[in-house]
Amino acid sequence: MGRQIHLAAHFPGVNNTTVWADPASGSQIDFASFAHLARTAERGKFDFFFLAEGLRLREMKGRIHDLDVMGRPESLTVLAALAGVTTHLGLAATVNSTFNEPYELARRLATLDHLSDGRAAWNVVTSWDAFTGENFRRGGYLAEADRYNRAREMLQTARELWDSWDDGAILADRESGRFVAADQGAFRHAGPQFDISGVFGTPRPPQGHPVIIQAGDSEEGREFAASDADVIFSRHSVLEEARAFFKDVKSRLAKYGRRPDDLKILPAVTAVVADTDAEAVEEAARIRRAQVSAPTALAFVEGVWGRDLSGYDADGPLPDLDPDPGEGVSRGRAQFRGDRAAVARRWRELSEARGGLTIRELVIEATGRQTFVGAPGTVAEQMDDYVQTRGSDGFILVPHLTPTGLDAFVDRVVPLLQERGSLRADYTGATLRDHLGLSGPRRPSVREKDA
Amino acid sequence: MTHLHLAVALDGAGWHPGAWRDPLARPAELFGARYWADLAAEAERGFLDFLTFEDALAVQSSRWEGPDGRTDQVRGRLDAVLVAARLAAVTSAIGLVPTTSTTHTEPFHVAIGIASLDHATSGRAGWRPQVSGKAADALHFGRRTLPVFAPEEYGTGAVAEVVAGLFGEAADAVEAVRRLWDSWEDDAIIRDTDTGRYVDRAKLHYIDFEGRHFSVRGPSITPRPPQGQPLITALAHDVVPYEFAARSADVVYVTPHSVADAHTIVGAVREAERTVGRTGAPLRVFADLVVFLGPAAADRKDALDELDGAPYTSDALVFTGTADDLADLLSSWQETGIEGFRLRPGALPRDLHHITRDLVPALQARGAFRGAYAEDVLRTRLGLARPANRYAPAP
Repeated sequence: MGRQIHLAAHFPGVNNTTVWADPASGSQIDFASFAHLARTAERGKFDFFFLAEGLRLREMKGRIHDLDVMGRPESLTVLAALAGVTTHLGLAATVNSTFNEPYELARRLATLDHLSDGRAAWNVVTSWDAFTGENFRRGGYLAEADRYNRAREMLQTARELWDSWDDGAILADRESGRFVAADQGAFRHAGPQFDISGVFGTPRPPQGHPVIIQAGDSEEGREFAASDADVIFSRHSVLEEARAFFKDVKSRLAKYGRRPDDLKILPAVTAVVADTDAEAVEEAARIRRAQVSAPTALAFVEGVWGRDLSGYDADGPLPDLDPDPGEGVSRGRAQFRGDRAAVARRWRELSEARGGLTIRELVIEATGRQTFVGAPGTVAEQMDDYVQTRGSDGFILVPHLTPTGLDAFVDRVVPLLQERGSLRADYTGATLRDHLGLSGPRRPSVREKDA
Repeated sequence: MTHLHLAVALDGAGWHPGAWRDPLARPAELFGARYWADLAAEAERGFLDFLTFEDALAVQSSRWEGPDGRTDQVRGRLDAVLVAARLAAVTSAIGLVPTTSTTHTEPFHVAIGIASLDHATSGRAGWRPQVSGKAADALHFGRRTLPVFAPEEYGTGAVAEVVAGLFGEAADAVEAVRRLWDSWEDDAIIRDTDTGRYVDRAKLHYIDFEGRHFSVRGPSITPRPPQGQPLITALAHDVVPYEFAARSADVVYVTPHSVADAHTIVGAVREAERTVGRTGAPLRVFADLVVFLGPAAADRKDALDELDGAPYTSDALVFTGTADDLADLLSSWQETGIEGFRLRPGALPRDLHHITRDLVPALQARGAFRGAYAEDVLRTRLGLARPANRYAPAP
């Protein structure tokens, strides 16, 4: 049997990938939407269901950005509710390490793990910007350089708290009159980010530690994943790049005493399935045009240029001005970081090489990440090859429709992957760690009994 | 006799520290979802108004000052908002009211958590904001220090000032949360395909809350919850917390020990409403009672007392007796202006079963309690209107 494909489902939300104007697009907030997508993923024997987060509404040119889906529930709350309508599916919450405190975050994640019998995961994201900080007590104090320091220390501290209770500490023994084993929960952590001590109030979760996910591709992000994560949410969906990324990240694990299989690499991908390859290609093009409306294209270019380009026509050529190297005009989204001038140059070259692409055509081209397009058999074969040739360990599917965007994939592609022996016919374990083929929690932190 | 409201407060194996040793208790299951789902299903069978979920950012203790190291009582608990959320899809009518700390928890996180619970339950969410005054709990966060004091010192000198400060902060937290719930107008999502706009940004509002301890810019990331404003409830024992409830809450839980006491407390609550200049619907006043029900209730309590090593006492009256006796007591207290009761079961699930299977029928026989759920959302069940959005232009 070949390598097994791991699949996860992303709930399509705040971004310009969701085609909200499609008549088939449903509520982004009703619980029924979340339940539909989660049940679909569970029907497809997916490993987990994934929710993103953003703690401030995005702005463009100082005003709330109104072109994309916005508005979403709090991740952990929805996932706890979804634990009631699913039985095996992992439940992954994105939670910011900057605007939370370890005691409270560790107990909320442990709670989700208890309430789902071991299906919780935490996607650790970092932030530093004062823009988001304006919604919190701490404000925007964190230096950008410190965001990974805080994330690492947050995770380390959370592990100390989870480990402060022994497995099996709840005795509930009427005979002896002992409810709990002695000396549970004591902790003391003194570090640059947190100086805390006391008794942690929540028993060790079923998985020991919820599964840790990391997203991000910087050098620091790769090291963080290699040392600390169970899953890395990568952006590399082009096979050659993906293989290089796979090799690079897997090779980093040994120095942390980990095996290559201890970290699963899952790129975010899309799949467009139709009766024939040609129909799927046509449908994929339709989706791309729906995702990138004229105002959306212009807003995207404004984000890269860092300028107000309202005078420009999205169906005309790229701006002839140079980008503003300063702060930029968009806030609260994955901001453009890097050499604006170089990107502008590259885009102008690309536009010219293709016979003069318009702004909208260029954005469609430059932001496209449609990965698997074709008849069910084509998609199944491409996905399988991708994993068998070590492009990744599987995929996080990002549908363009809420909540039915995975129906066709699960109904038509999943059975073919199962026939190929690359996807489980049914769940063989109970916990998310079981699904991912991960052993127990790594590197139990040192427990300080004398705190 | 007019209808009364009935809520049940869930906490661990019940409110008696020895409750986990009751023969019907399920102490090994306290951290699993099935236990809570079974309790909620039982409560719905009795048509109860809502359930509350206790919480604290600390381990339980028999000492006010901090952990006691005891191993013979329930220790450990789960996050109340998430327990309530876990029950959202497996219940259909009952209100779900978790507790959170206003001292250590970010108002923004609370606002989106409770709003999300309201979305997941189609309008059955509530919230109990709670002050955390313990020095030991503050060390779990390391952001501030609180003085060590005993509950007896509560109204005196410097401690009174600290307490007033904590309640002031709690009022700020509630205000910030309420503004965040209103920061999206109900019809902010327009999906206007002609202009390509998903939202009408004129219907989204910065809340710009500035308090002594924190500021919050807004808007929320979560659209306005179905109830507009989920039900806010507060437990109160004295003037400062009565005034907090009068400023911030829809329902106040009080702890009278007699009819005379109930008269006095209802008067004090109304006085607090005048002091803070409350407008809109008056506070709904619920009395808290710890209950051990059934023919052998007193013996059961005695047996748990013996196992636990001390007679159990509480801030609320501890009632032992039959469901009929309790129905009599509730009726007599109702005449003082108490509109509802939050019963704290001495032992779970046993005393909850007595509430739903004995007390509820006894009240129904007197015409004092519903025989079916009638209202879709929790506020309506309490006779509260859906609040207008403070940021929306008047119609």
